[in-house]
Amino acid sequence: MEYFLQQLINGLTLGSIYGLIAIGYTMVYGIIGMINFAHGDVFMVGSMTTFIVLLMLGVTGGSGPFIIVLALALVIAISMAVAATFNWAIERVAYRPLRGSFRLAPLISAIGMSIVLQEFVRIAQEGRAKPIQPIIIGKKILMTKVVGNQDFNVTLSYMQMIIILSTLVLMTVFTFIIQRTSLGRAQRACEQDTKMASLLGINVDRTISITFILGAVLAAFAGFMFFMYYNVTDFFVGFNAGIKAFTAAVLGGIGSIPGAMLGGLLIGFIEVMWSAYFSIEYKDVAAFTILVLVLIFMPQGLLGKPEVEKI
Amino acid sequence: MMRIWENNPELEVIHLTMRFGGLTAIGDLSFNIARKQITALIGPNGAGKTTVFNCITGFYKPTEGMLKLTHEDGKTFLLERMDDFMVNRVAHVARTFQNIRLFAGMTVVENLMVAQHNALMNASGFTIGALFGSKGYKRADAEAIENSKYWLDKVGLMNRADDPAGDLSYGAQRRLEIARAMCTKPRLLCLDEPAAGLNPRESDELNKLLLSIRDDHGVAIILIEHDMSVVMGISDHIVVLDYGRKIADGTPDEIKSDPAVIRAYLGVEDEDAPVEILKEAAAMHRAELREAGNTKTKPTKPVLTAKKPIAKKAVRK
Amino acid sequence: MSAPVKSGSGGFETKILSNAQIAKDLFYTALITFPILVPIVAIRTQLDQGVLTWHSRFWLASCLALAVVIARGLMHFLVWNPRAAASLDVSASAKPTSAKRLSLSDRIGPYVSRGLLIFGLLLPIVAHLGHAIGIELPSFGELRLVDLATYILIYVMLGWGLNVVVGLAGLLDLGYVAFYAVGAYSYALLSTVYFPRWFGTGVVPFAFYITMPIAGLLAACWGVILGFPVLRLRGDYLAIVTLAFGEIIRLVLINWFSFTQGPQGINVPKLTFFGLKFKDEPGGFADFVSTHFFPLAYNRVQGYIFLYYVILAMALATYFITKKLRRLPIGRAWEALREDEIACRSLGINTTNTKLTAFAIGAMFGGFSGSFFAARQGFVSPESFVYIESALILAIVVLGGLGSQIGIVFSAVAIMGSFEIFREMDFMKAVLPTGTEPIQFRMLFVGLAMVLMMRFRPRGFVTKREPTVYLKEKKAISGDLVAEGHG
Repeated sequence: MEYFLQQLINGLTLGSIYGLIAIGYTMVYGIIGMINFAHGDVFMVGSMTTFIVLLMLGVTGGSGPFIIVLALALVIAISMAVAATFNWAIERVAYRPLRGSFRLAPLISAIGMSIVLQEFVRIAQEGRAKPIQPIIIGKKILMTKVVGNQDFNVTLSYMQMIIILSTLVLMTVFTFIIQRTSLGRAQRACEQDTKMASLLGINVDRTISITFILGAVLAAFAGFMFFMYYNVTDFFVGFNAGIKAFTAAVLGGIGSIPGAMLGGLLIGFIEVMWSAYFSIEYKDVAAFTILVLVLIFMPQGLLGKPEVEKI
Repeated sequence: MMRIWENNPELEVIHLTMRFGGLTAIGDLSFNIARKQITALIGPNGAGKTTVFNCITGFYKPTEGMLKLTHEDGKTFLLERMDDFMVNRVAHVARTFQNIRLFAGMTVVENLMVAQHNALMNASGFTIGALFGSKGYKRADAEAIENSKYWLDKVGLMNRADDPAGDLSYGAQRRLEIARAMCTKPRLLCLDEPAAGLNPRESDELNKLLLSIRDDHGVAIILIEHDMSVVMGISDHIVVLDYGRKIADGTPDEIKSDPAVIRAYLGVEDEDAPVEILKEAAAMHRAELREAGNTKTKPTKPVLTAKKPIAKKAVRK
Repeated sequence: MSAPVKSGSGGFETKILSNAQIAKDLFYTALITFPILVPIVAIRTQLDQGVLTWHSRFWLASCLALAVVIARGLMHFLVWNPRAAASLDVSASAKPTSAKRLSLSDRIGPYVSRGLLIFGLLLPIVAHLGHAIGIELPSFGELRLVDLATYILIYVMLGWGLNVVVGLAGLLDLGYVAFYAVGAYSYALLSTVYFPRWFGTGVVPFAFYITMPIAGLLAACWGVILGFPVLRLRGDYLAIVTLAFGEIIRLVLINWFSFTQGPQGINVPKLTFFGLKFKDEPGGFADFVSTHFFPLAYNRVQGYIFLYYVILAMALATYFITKKLRRLPIGRAWEALREDEIACRSLGINTTNTKLTAFAIGAMFGGFSGSFFAARQGFVSPESFVYIESALILAIVVLGGLGSQIGIVFSAVAIMGSFEIFREMDFMKAVLPTGTEPIQFRMLFVGLAMVLMMRFRPRGFVTKREPTVYLKEKKAISGDLVAEGHG
């Protein structure tokens, strides 16, 4: 039971990260009906930027709390700005000129863009993984159970606490943006019918650009948390995280933002539980299998709407 | 007039019901389609005509009801239990689509060859025989080409045989789609608005083509059509739908004077509404189509159905 | 679906911009380029013996940013400028003559494939003769050339295999490398473990000839197994599921240690000349020829040339089988499926079987090339079957022109050849920052090529579709009309 509880906390942490990336997938899919294949790599850019800026600032776990908070705020801001620029530029360069082209074109372009991003970072920052010492150290022991002559502690690290809480805050802000602001309204209108929206005076290009920027901001935050949690990153982390987040988006029902978050949490739980109780080697296989099963058996996801084939 | 469709029909639609979620697209619909006759399925937009087609051709599985197809040799098929492609392959029901579905990037003759897939596939010995150049396949291939030529000639597309189907004019695309359906050697041909977007001359040619398919090939035709000149000109039997239910069923003459039909179409309660109104509406419809000419835009709202909101009120009164 | 889809044209929107507007645009370009380049390029982090260090490379970032701004400026003045565009845009002014040009390309069309065939057949001989009389490409020895040609042909064959699935049937498969892996591992496991166990070690020299067909069949079975669940999926979903399948197979190959020996890979017997090894030993190929026919000294190149001809024969078989299949009902059904699946079903075509045969035949060709790959390398490991390989093969098919077999040859030569050129570009090292090799840029180049190709020539090198049957006259069909399938 205690072991399970610990895994639940771990799953919640991982799931939060997946959920934030998944929102980017789901929003873009909702608005232009394509998988932004490069989205996972935008997440990678976020985590890489976090790493670079942290290294430059030279913050370590030993620095004072005030300095750490200040530095992290700076890091978050820079990562978000960088990732947002990347995603904006991707949409501008690789997707926008292809609107109205044949259906495979943007998808192939996206695959190409994903390769470009990975290779860009790999060449610029060499291929090896970049580890640093953890900066936010410390944890809270929630429960202790004596197993034989050893104690098993259910712990919640401060980093996990930060991840879960900030995801909650971000989600709230985000839901507000989508539901209450004119931007969100424009976005939902474009999701329904792009042509009609533009006839009604909505600047569709701008709305799509903003969607990409918002997605990138969330992905960058996920990248930041990913790096702070695992303390390591490389040019390829976006691939696996991207597929899992996409699985989350589909599991939750593509196009649905609460669905993406829910899907992210589920995927996080499943991955953690699989690693904890079955085999850690096959955790990715488990995640990919879920992707396959979900797409085949319930492509509309948990909170999505079924699509009717029009004849 | 004798109601020929009542005895030994080609297709019996029995208590057909189709619901999408809470919406009942077709409710308890029963009618028959006679052998070697042209049956028209008419009704205002949204009456469920295309849904009936999709049920007959296996694309939709009806919620309730039965679709019983009987060939002349007595073989019966329950279409609602068959996969869509089996409806064509085994039960020999072919169809066209409201928004033309040709293989636009393939040539006209390729379109017709694809339609003869099953015959050729059998002759090709699971492809392996044909891969090694079996004689049987070569013969079948030559026959298929001859058959394609016959139909190209019939629909007047012989000189366009090697052009991509996507390059054809709208009317030619409609005719090619019919030729393609006929290449599957059907016993029942379902045409979804074959005259939509055709000019009067093309419309007349279409009439001739359909009559020839009926008389020379002995194929039963069921067509959905808004163009009353086509409907009244060539059909032997008309079924009228409104809101997914049958409101009339009879010969063209019976339908012309059926008060329920006039109500549904024109929204007037006058029981003695002259046939002229119906004819006039048909003429207006055709004029509109003529304006649309040969362009690929389909008239979105034929005049006949423009009065539907009134019809709704009138019927509900 | 039926209405012809307008392809995203490569034409530019031309707008007259004042110089001030252009300056503003360039300023924004610089502003956008800044965050893209600054942290990631300008700060170079290094991990040396566990110690992380960093140094700034602002000069490099500035140079790149400047390059981007200049490139955009040039675009403004040369391409997006209506006046310049009018003089540059040949196609607009040369409309009347384009028909003539087209017929010319149609006329030489058949000769291109014949020329390629003859070139392919003669390549090693020419290289060998050139070598004998002392003509050699700089740093491109005879060995290298034949080996490179072999390597390219593997990708040509993979491209042709994937072309059946993506180009003809219109099903976007991002996990094609899985079948390549199945072929390679089938050969590896059968020839090293199972055949010796079942039939004794005597069969090992002949293993390739016995296992290659089996490998192809096994791959085809996997094509059906993986194809079955994805029948209902289309477009992006199909792409991502096939990608997941590819990854699952690779992960299983890595982790199922007892079966595949995991990441350390398997050493497998190399290809033999029907049992004769290409080795300088009694009983080797050269020795055998010398004793039975004519004196022949051992030379490493003999093995390479034989490998080349084997893959050439396999690739040609793929080419001709696919070409023939296109003209048979099954091939027409694939293309019809790509054009309109619903219409196919209305014509009595079993789309399930049609899709599965496409998957199976595409996978079978992948399996054949996989077994050849293993026999050429003498070694297989999961590392060779990563996702990026699938993307590379897809890039070859896409750049060649979906559905066009000749186009795939050109794009495979272009991509794989350019890799080789990257390897040779020593002069680039002077320009590049230390520690960067030109070869590292090859995948970046492939990615960029995919993006640019989609933007400027989305139909690939060869855009025309050749009809499979004609009554009077064979007319090539413009790519704009050909549907791309739903993925």
